[in-house]
Amino acid sequence: MIQTCSAVDNPDSVLKPILARHGANPTRLVQILREVQERAGHVSDDAVTALAAALGIPRVRVEGVASFYSFFRRESHGAYEILLSDNITDHMQGKKELMQYLCEKLWIEPGKVSEDGLVSVWNTSDTGICDQGPAALVNGYAVPALSRNRIDLMVELMRAKKSLADWPPMLFEVRDNIRKPGVLLGQPFEPGSALETVIARGASATLKEMERSKLRGRGGAGFPTAVKWASCSRAAGKTRYVVCNADEGEPGTFKDRVLLTSYADLVFEGMTVCARVIGAAKGLVYLRGEYRYLLERLEAALEARRRANLLGSNILGEKGFDFDIEIHLGAGAYICGEESALIESLEGKRGQPRNRPPYPDTHGYLGEPTAVDNVETFACSALIAKHGGDWFAGIGTAESSGTKLLSVSGDVKRPGIYEYPFGVTVREVLRDCGAASPQAVQISGPSGSCISWKEFDRRIAFEDLPTAGAFMVFSRERDMFEVARNFSHFFAHESCGFCTPCRVGTTLLRKTMDKIHAGHGSAYDMDEMRHLSRILKTMSHCGLGHTAANPVVDTMAKFPDAYERKLKELAFEPSFDLDGALDTARRITGRDDPWAHIGEEP
Amino acid sequence: MAKLRVATTSLAGCFGCHMSFLDIDERLFSLVEAVEFDRSPLTDIKRCGPCDIGIVEGGVCNAENVHVLREFRRNCRILVAIGACAINGGVPAMRNNIDLWDCFQEVYQYEGGTEGRVVPNDPELPLPFDKVHPIYEVVKVDYFLPGCPPPADAIWRLLTDLAAGREPRLDYTMLHYD
Repeated sequence: MIQTCSAVDNPDSVLKPILARHGANPTRLVQILREVQERAGHVSDDAVTALAAALGIPRVRVEGVASFYSFFRRESHGAYEILLSDNITDHMQGKKELMQYLCEKLWIEPGKVSEDGLVSVWNTSDTGICDQGPAALVNGYAVPALSRNRIDLMVELMRAKKSLADWPPMLFEVRDNIRKPGVLLGQPFEPGSALETVIARGASATLKEMERSKLRGRGGAGFPTAVKWASCSRAAGKTRYVVCNADEGEPGTFKDRVLLTSYADLVFEGMTVCARVIGAAKGLVYLRGEYRYLLERLEAALEARRRANLLGSNILGEKGFDFDIEIHLGAGAYICGEESALIESLEGKRGQPRNRPPYPDTHGYLGEPTAVDNVETFACSALIAKHGGDWFAGIGTAESSGTKLLSVSGDVKRPGIYEYPFGVTVREVLRDCGAASPQAVQISGPSGSCISWKEFDRRIAFEDLPTAGAFMVFSRERDMFEVARNFSHFFAHESCGFCTPCRVGTTLLRKTMDKIHAGHGSAYDMDEMRHLSRILKTMSHCGLGHTAANPVVDTMAKFPDAYERKLKELAFEPSFDLDGALDTARRITGRDDPWAHIGEEP
Repeated sequence: MAKLRVATTSLAGCFGCHMSFLDIDERLFSLVEAVEFDRSPLTDIKRCGPCDIGIVEGGVCNAENVHVLREFRRNCRILVAIGACAINGGVPAMRNNIDLWDCFQEVYQYEGGTEGRVVPNDPELPLPFDKVHPIYEVVKVDYFLPGCPPPADAIWRLLTDLAAGREPRLDYTMLHYD
């Protein structure tokens, strides 16, 4: 049920039912905090103290988890908290102007709660609605396609203190925008049809089919799925888990949103197939917090599968085939898309990546063997189980079998989901989506690669351009420096803070990009950024740091003009306005003599 | 061989790095064989001339610091930031979380200074910045020597490496502080 956050006077009445539901289990801390946040609007000091006592863990651990995730608030951010998606595609659709319009209408400053405690407006990382932006989250619920009209309506509703449940549903309507369906999206799927084949064929024969299909992980890294499953099924453990990575945090990616909206059965069936192959009894879906609005629908889909005996015990009458799926929600942390950070989060901890090896296939959730796969990977697995490995391997290229869902956004006429067999050229995709005078495409999001118009004949495939699905198009009018600057802000915000190269490096990169943006850049800063990029790539603990400098490195190499026209010709420029920084002291002392000023260096 | 000219100064620092520099003890004798000091608290020369190496302790907290720092940058072939304050702002930068007006009020108005409860406005007094900045934000810095203060051995190594025309390299023990 959608409800408005309201200050709840008695924390006990909030906590008791939540704790009872989660069995006072500290591994469920993230879920508990999420529910407290949703119910009370924030996680108060009292709530932290009470949770620590009830869960039997130190208070600092609760505090540590509560402060890690962007969506957990330690203070109230108003009865209505509006977070505007801050991806470059949202900016290209007018996010900045709309934010200003919204704040002016509400008489508030961005980032501050209104005096009456009614509302606050601030930024959040990409919400996965790039095809119909600019998007916002209102108390955690997605509102796409912001416009002045929609903002007028929202302001009216908030002034009237209407509960979110009473807002017109059309405000929350997120369309699928499937533009080009293929074998995955184009054919109807009968729930249970893949499982019947699996039961008839047997677990080891199904694994053989997976091998023959040559399916590779759709999260971007492209690890062979069958190898992962085989290793997981061999690993020693008391029990095994199937985890579906639905954290889709990479800016520009929204294909999992569509799969979970309209193809949930396919995904759940894929997880169940995996469970049969590796011998798991429990599955977990880690759904990103931004997709909170999908939770009830997904729960209903799971319930329908239970009723149809596609989940539960003795699935489809097969003795000993017991499997069920539970959904965990994230709380606004990009890093949780990294599989070991995701598992930490599932275990109720801060989402900090583990040391690897050991990998999750042997030591995953609660230390047990765990198969972690992308949403799209599971959807493919269900089809492979049903139609066989050879059928799947016949699609695509030699090393990249099957099709790939692309989330196309940016300067195109028809943004949305496009399904292509692997091997498609960037040019073909650009033609299909109606890109007018494109100059660059960001493939696989900020952590992927930025390609220029000279490279449009390259192919989407693991052999050439691997991708998790993001395909952001930038026309000739766009300033590629600003694109990279937006991504540098994203990484600085999303660095988990665990290792120094990434925590400090991403922030220094952001600051240098801002310095150049403000007109204070010099050739020296360009060298510094190259140096920083090398440190990030070689010294960081996980993939976030390794790839955080990619947008800057790529655009510096491919669009040098975008940088050079912003640089001053000096070898060095101070990073702040020296004379301006004396202004306060001048006002306090009333001085205006020559020594109270600093001029440009002669 | 011509002697190297070295200038040193302390901006928003505590002279602790200079004290650590003096801790090279009797090696000072071999040092003065190889180097000549220009502007430095050791020589009391007031203006910096052309130098090979400039050593700057402390961050930038007021207008005068900028003038001194620019003079060093103009005149020194190699500029070295030594110590935590020059590199990161250090202890003086702890005031960065406090509003400048609050600082002035606390110092001059609540207790009252020697001239009563007024904020001094003499042009001879350096005007403070809103915040304390590391020196690399104001001029280009060639080398950073960390530590609070950097150990005498590290300062010695840096100077002898630069004097010999080598890229300075510090052993792990010289960068390890606990």
